[in-house]
Amino acid sequence: MQISVTTRTRASTIAGIAALALIGLGLILPAFASRSVIQDLFFILTLLTLAQLWNLIAGYGGMVSIGQQAFVGIGAYAMFAGVILWGWDPIAAIPLGLGAALVLAVPMAFFAFRLQGAYFAIGTWVIAEVTRLLVAQWKTLGGGTGTSLPREATADIWGVKAIAALLGLRDAAARDVLAYWLALAMAVGTMAAIYILLRSRNGLALAAVRDNDNAARSVGVDAARLKWAVFLSAAAMTGMVGALIFLQTARISPDAAFSVTTWTAYVIFIVVIGGIGRLEGPIIGVLVFWGLQTAFADYGSWYLFSLGLIAIAVMLFAPRGLWGLFTDRTGIALFPVQRRLTTTSQGDSRNG
Amino acid sequence: MQRPPRGSSPGAAGRQSIMTEVLRLENVSKSFGALRVTDTVSFSVPKGQALGIIGPNGAGKSTLFNLITGNILPDRGSIHLSGQDVTRLPAMRRVRMGVGRSFQIPQPFEGLTVYENLLTAAAFGQARREADVQTECAEILAETELLRRANDLAGSLSLLDRKRLELARAMASGPELLLLDEIAGGLTEGECQALVETIRALHARGITIIWIEHVLHALNSVVERLLVLDFGKVIGVGAPAEIMASKEVREIYLGLEV
Ligand SMILES: Nc1ncnc2c1ncn2[C@@H]1O[C@H](COP(=O)(O)OP(=O)(O)OP(=O)(O)O)[C@@H](O)[C@H]1O
Ligand SMILES: [Mg+2]
Repeated sequence: MQISVTTRTRASTIAGIAALALIGLGLILPAFASRSVIQDLFFILTLLTLAQLWNLIAGYGGMVSIGQQAFVGIGAYAMFAGVILWGWDPIAAIPLGLGAALVLAVPMAFFAFRLQGAYFAIGTWVIAEVTRLLVAQWKTLGGGTGTSLPREATADIWGVKAIAALLGLRDAAARDVLAYWLALAMAVGTMAAIYILLRSRNGLALAAVRDNDNAARSVGVDAARLKWAVFLSAAAMTGMVGALIFLQTARISPDAAFSVTTWTAYVIFIVVIGGIGRLEGPIIGVLVFWGLQTAFADYGSWYLFSLGLIAIAVMLFAPRGLWGLFTDRTGIALFPVQRRLTTTSQGDSRNG
Repeated sequence: MQRPPRGSSPGAAGRQSIMTEVLRLENVSKSFGALRVTDTVSFSVPKGQALGIIGPNGAGKSTLFNLITGNILPDRGSIHLSGQDVTRLPAMRRVRMGVGRSFQIPQPFEGLTVYENLLTAAAFGQARREADVQTECAEILAETELLRRANDLAGSLSLLDRKRLELARAMASGPELLLLDEIAGGLTEGECQALVETIRALHARGITIIWIEHVLHALNSVVERLLVLDFGKVIGVGAPAEIMASKEVREIYLGLEV
């Protein structure tokens, strides 16, 4: 039997080329886009990365965490600590966010993995709250009211002078461009890493564990190790994104950095609206969310109320999200992961 | 002449038989609450044998499989695979030692395609790269008559095809000891014959097989030895003809059917 196994489709080839073109466009965009466009894109890209990471643990790994704000917050505070306490350059301090989130993720996973379903979700939220309360005691970093990055530090971030000179911008605008480029790199890097993971045999294992972890263990999948690996890497990357977000705002407080609304509820909204368990979902979701935010954010609590209604409507009428609705109708997948088998029996080549 | 044995001769003989023994259970017991589902069960299976297990509903047959695979742990007794004590070893590790199983109630990975179900079992059960198991998995699909459903989601299969997938996935995990739990129920005569041929072929390859089955004519056309379980106890082991002729078995087991 002659076989071939393919994952790529015509749509995915086109999508791949389009993605490369978009990344290229994204890189050169600061040369002609206005500062507010760059700021909007920074917002979109960081939320997209957070959404992809939450989708990885919840949508693929089946771990519905509502405590991801813990990693955003601890990552951001670690970066601030590096700058304020040790005088590091803010860019150099971003990886501290990764390290801090990892250190927090280990005990969090240790505790939360003992819990099932809703208890897992609540457990992660409780740990995030405890972390927020502890960080609010940290007086040198502003305690409960928070603090700003010192002027000396923000005035002289690596690369900002060069960007200012290259694009003919003032320092503040050049800082936004730098943050935007880093956000672009994180979004592209995260999505590429997730896609590579899903295309590997560990992607199959992840789906198997989510569908039936008893059966997955019975074919040799190490379900526990896989969950640990996914949870820790998503947490580490979330911490890094948190550090970047608060580098851009240059101001931090426990309430903002550990906000369950912003870093988890909005993120879940994005994933659910777009389509959970698929790479395309958060992309659609973040665009919808940004559109709603731009149009209606001034309406305050009515805005939040409407977000809730929309989420409920989508869950009822399109449980697989907007992208799920589209892909069910058309069969199109931009980032396919399914291995498709085609066989051609070749006569008597296999007699025996 | 042989060298004189270093220890006592029974010990050496014992070691000899352990080498050719794929599975040994010694006084294994398991209770769920007050219900003793496995009651001091002891038996062993030599390499390459096909053993059938029969017994009335609720006798504890599937539980015995769960104990062998490590999906549940025994209260007492020990389980050895190829001479190694695995009583406390997790299921995942036993798969890597060559234990493959099917579930009586099919447990497919519903969000994966049929082919991907096999790829997962082969890549992890045999600890091999995905690219190296692609052909083997396609061949197993052909053998189990699932090739036409290869690219369909496992969640969309009929019960019959789900049972086929149970067998196919267990085969893909690369077993030396294959545990099959009631895979012939509901098949037509022709389908049942095809299934028997598939299992015979596995047996001919040297794979050790333990098969729980209520469809006795299919079972008896494959296995060399039968084990009868009733209320968690082994009440008979022997050649199929001998077991089927025994009065106790006819009363306890066949009496219910005839
Ligand atoms: N996890 C469990 N918890 C409690 N009781 C259980 C559990 N698993 C099995 N049992 C009980 O143990 C007994 C034996 O079950 P088992 O599934 O091993 O029987 P079986 O011989 O495979 O029966 P069948 O022919 O119906 O498949 C039954 O009474 C069943 O209800
Ligand atoms: Mg059973």
